Amino acid sequence: MPYCDRCGEPLSEGSHGACRAARALEPPRFCPACRRRMKVQVLPSGWRAACVEHGETASR
Amino acid sequence: MSQLSDPALAAAADQVLQTGVGLAEPDVLAVLRLPDEELPAALELAHQVRMRWCGPEVEVEGIVSVKTGGCPEDCHFCSQSGLFTSPVRAVWLDIPALVEAARQTAATGATEFCIVAAVRGPDERLMAQMRAGVAAIREAVDIQVAASLGMLTQEQVDELVAMGVHRYNHNLETARSFFPRVVSTHSWEERFDTLRMVRDSGMEVCCGGILGLGESLEQRAEFAVQLASLAPDEVPLNFLNPRPGTPLGDAPVVDGRDALRAIAAFRLALPRTILRYAGGREITLGDLGTRDGLLGGVNAVIVGNYLTTLGRAPSADLALLDELKMPVKALSSAL
Repeated sequence: MPYCDRCGEPLSEGSHGACRAARALEPPRFCPACRRRMKVQVLPSGWRAACVEHGETASR
Repeated sequence: MSQLSDPALAAAADQVLQTGVGLAEPDVLAVLRLPDEELPAALELAHQVRMRWCGPEVEVEGIVSVKTGGCPEDCHFCSQSGLFTSPVRAVWLDIPALVEAARQTAATGATEFCIVAAVRGPDERLMAQMRAGVAAIREAVDIQVAASLGMLTQEQVDELVAMGVHRYNHNLETARSFFPRVVSTHSWEERFDTLRMVRDSGMEVCCGGILGLGESLEQRAEFAVQLASLAPDEVPLNFLNPRPGTPLGDAPVVDGRDALRAIAAFRLALPRTILRYAGGREITLGDLGTRDGLLGGVNAVIVGNYLTTLGRAPSADLALLDELKMPVKALSSAL
């Protein structure tokens, strides 16, 4: 997957360590395949995120 | 309680612990200014106050966003404002998912489920969603329903009462003197008007705010006594979690010791109120600080996730409460 799902920038550019750390307490916001902003619903025990192009993902 | 060496705490013990009357603004400020070595004593006193005037039970709540993002207001801390370059997109939660969220919340042992919307105030579409959603939850799940839908008209207040919403959250967010630095699209007074209507309706009033918005300690003390003047049933205490794309996106996280001082100070200003851990505690306090706060005046928690960010696993919080021998408030005693 070429894009960071937190900041939307290419994973090949810069360090995304802070993004990875922050993601422990955040859902994804950008589609990792196309960097589109996703529609994200946070639920009491998880989250689900939908990219208009790549479909829905959810927390396990 | 051991002998208190600090005069501000000794005076607080005489007044708050013995009489249940909250501290005045200068005394709250004195607690907020305590040196680090006095912090354990302040937390111990706040815990004693909580135990005496509220008891050992902890109220557990879950929250969910029924309408996320796209808000027309400009609250500088909020990733759901449509005026900032936040990555949060607008999304609505449908009724089956809302009921499922309530069911998940009840399964943790929570007695409260708060439905939240990122709006200035509810329009007819949102009120219709609330009508259907609250009815469906009350039919399917044994839990008390609260709501947080922004500023209300009297008609909307009356309708929420008729739906069976028992508590309404509307945060004043910060001190009146600092509010214009945080929000420009509406006033502190407009928020207060909604709270007055909620109070008069018989719904319980839930009103708190966020620490770490750039307010001074004086303004933190001002805020505590302004909340106390409202006599809210519940005060949710948030700590700023700086969100990307918001005007406060690069603001520093509140120092953990300052957060604990604030918890003690707010408890001493509000001895009989439900004081709830809300957003930001994970990054401000971590696990150890969370424990210190529960032993320092906090008697309620939001478990699970927040509106746009994630929280600790409910099992972690419930295990901590069990370890601290703090019983979770049961639905029977909440009704």
